Amino acid sequence: MAKITYVEHNGNSHTVNVENGLSVMEGAVQNNIPGIDGDCGGGMSCATCHVYVKEEWFDKLEKKLDGEEDMLDQAYEPKKNSRLSCQLTVSDELDGLIVNMPDKQV
Amino acid sequence: MIKTDALIIGAGPTGLFTAHQLKIIGLDCEIVDNLDKAGGQCIELYPDKPIYDIPAIPECTGEELTKNLLDQLKPFNINFHLGERVDELKKNENNWEVKTNKGKSFLTPNVIIAGGVGSFEPRRFSPKECEQFEDKSIFYSIKNKKIFEGKTVSIFGGGDSALDWAVELSKNSKVNLIHRRDEFRGAHATLDKVHELQKSGKIELFTKYQLKTVKGNGTLESIDIEHENKEIKNLKSDYVLGFFGLIMQLGPIANWGLNLNKKTVEVDTEKFETNQKGIYAIGDICNYPGKLKLILSGFHEGALAARACFKLARPNEKYRFEFTTSSKTIKERLGVKSD
Repeated sequence: MAKITYVEHNGNSHTVNVENGLSVMEGAVQNNIPGIDGDCGGGMSCATCHVYVKEEWFDKLEKKLDGEEDMLDQAYEPKKNSRLSCQLTVSDELDGLIVNMPDKQV
Repeated sequence: MIKTDALIIGAGPTGLFTAHQLKIIGLDCEIVDNLDKAGGQCIELYPDKPIYDIPAIPECTGEELTKNLLDQLKPFNINFHLGERVDELKKNENNWEVKTNKGKSFLTPNVIIAGGVGSFEPRRFSPKECEQFEDKSIFYSIKNKKIFEGKTVSIFGGGDSALDWAVELSKNSKVNLIHRRDEFRGAHATLDKVHELQKSGKIELFTKYQLKTVKGNGTLESIDIEHENKEIKNLKSDYVLGFFGLIMQLGPIANWGLNLNKKTVEVDTEKFETNQKGIYAIGDICNYPGKLKLILSGFHEGALAARACFKLARPNEKYRFEFTTSSKTIKERLGVKSD
């Protein structure tokens, strides 16, 4: 279990407990948090679960698989600290993670 | 106005198999899809990725699945209306009047929405100023490459579309190719060609840059691109092209008076009918307790929706359930010999 904070682009913040093994995207969708769509259901093929991760967390995350960077090319306003939240698996180590959402996903 | 027993919106696997089910029971149908080819997400998002959970097919790719479904439709004469999006849906006595963005209209008692997560639309540039130049100086696809001759064209993107067009347009235009990182995901051979053209001065390459803003009074004059390190460059540009792939958007479906739940349409599990009589939703776009977003679920939903269509399309006939293995009528429809 990890406490994860999702911050919308307008500053609204949602902190929820997410079970280990779920993805950060699923944590948002299951808790009805606006701003993360996950249209393709976690298949790394739509880039609508795009988030920004602060530097101190960014380095602690699982490395990007081939394909994630390609999908991020298509995301809305990608930055250096962009990730697809469907590729981040929740574990105790992610307790306290904060992700920021872009203005919109598409 | 095209009259039909059922109109299917969406030519993904669910829409294709539903067409088969309609034809088998003797109804005719037309299929509309916003993409320029059949296959839906299978063909657009994962043509090469293997799928392992289609019953009786241990493994197949999205492209193979689409091909097989189209093969299965071969005995039938089905009209596809590709590259068209259904925009309007209006009640007309016992029928629905359906209009596409290309001005085509249909009259049908049954509309089957097999729209996946919505229609595929190009991803657009984020700066607001871009909108005023869209379809004039800013494009997300190319219809007539002649307009670029002798002009300066700035192309954004890192995939095959961006690379292919950079190479092609560099023959007659000055081309800037701009991408947000150093690596490109397009084909190696094309990338080599781009590097060659860069050396010979035909293409100027800007990596780690993204579009910051566009400038011009009525017509586009230049663009600002911003480097990862915030440095800004101004590039003279007559045209800007963005190739960031496609995104699925629910689009006009949201305006048809259907009960929506997030981006899905609520249906019953007997006919997969929505809250509007004669409008059904099947596949990824429908929602009911226990819904699974699997292709096989879409097939089941389509088979049942097709039977429901029969009642409205043939109100004076009784539907009789038959097996393809034994029904003479079905075999005739399939054009195969009966024993």
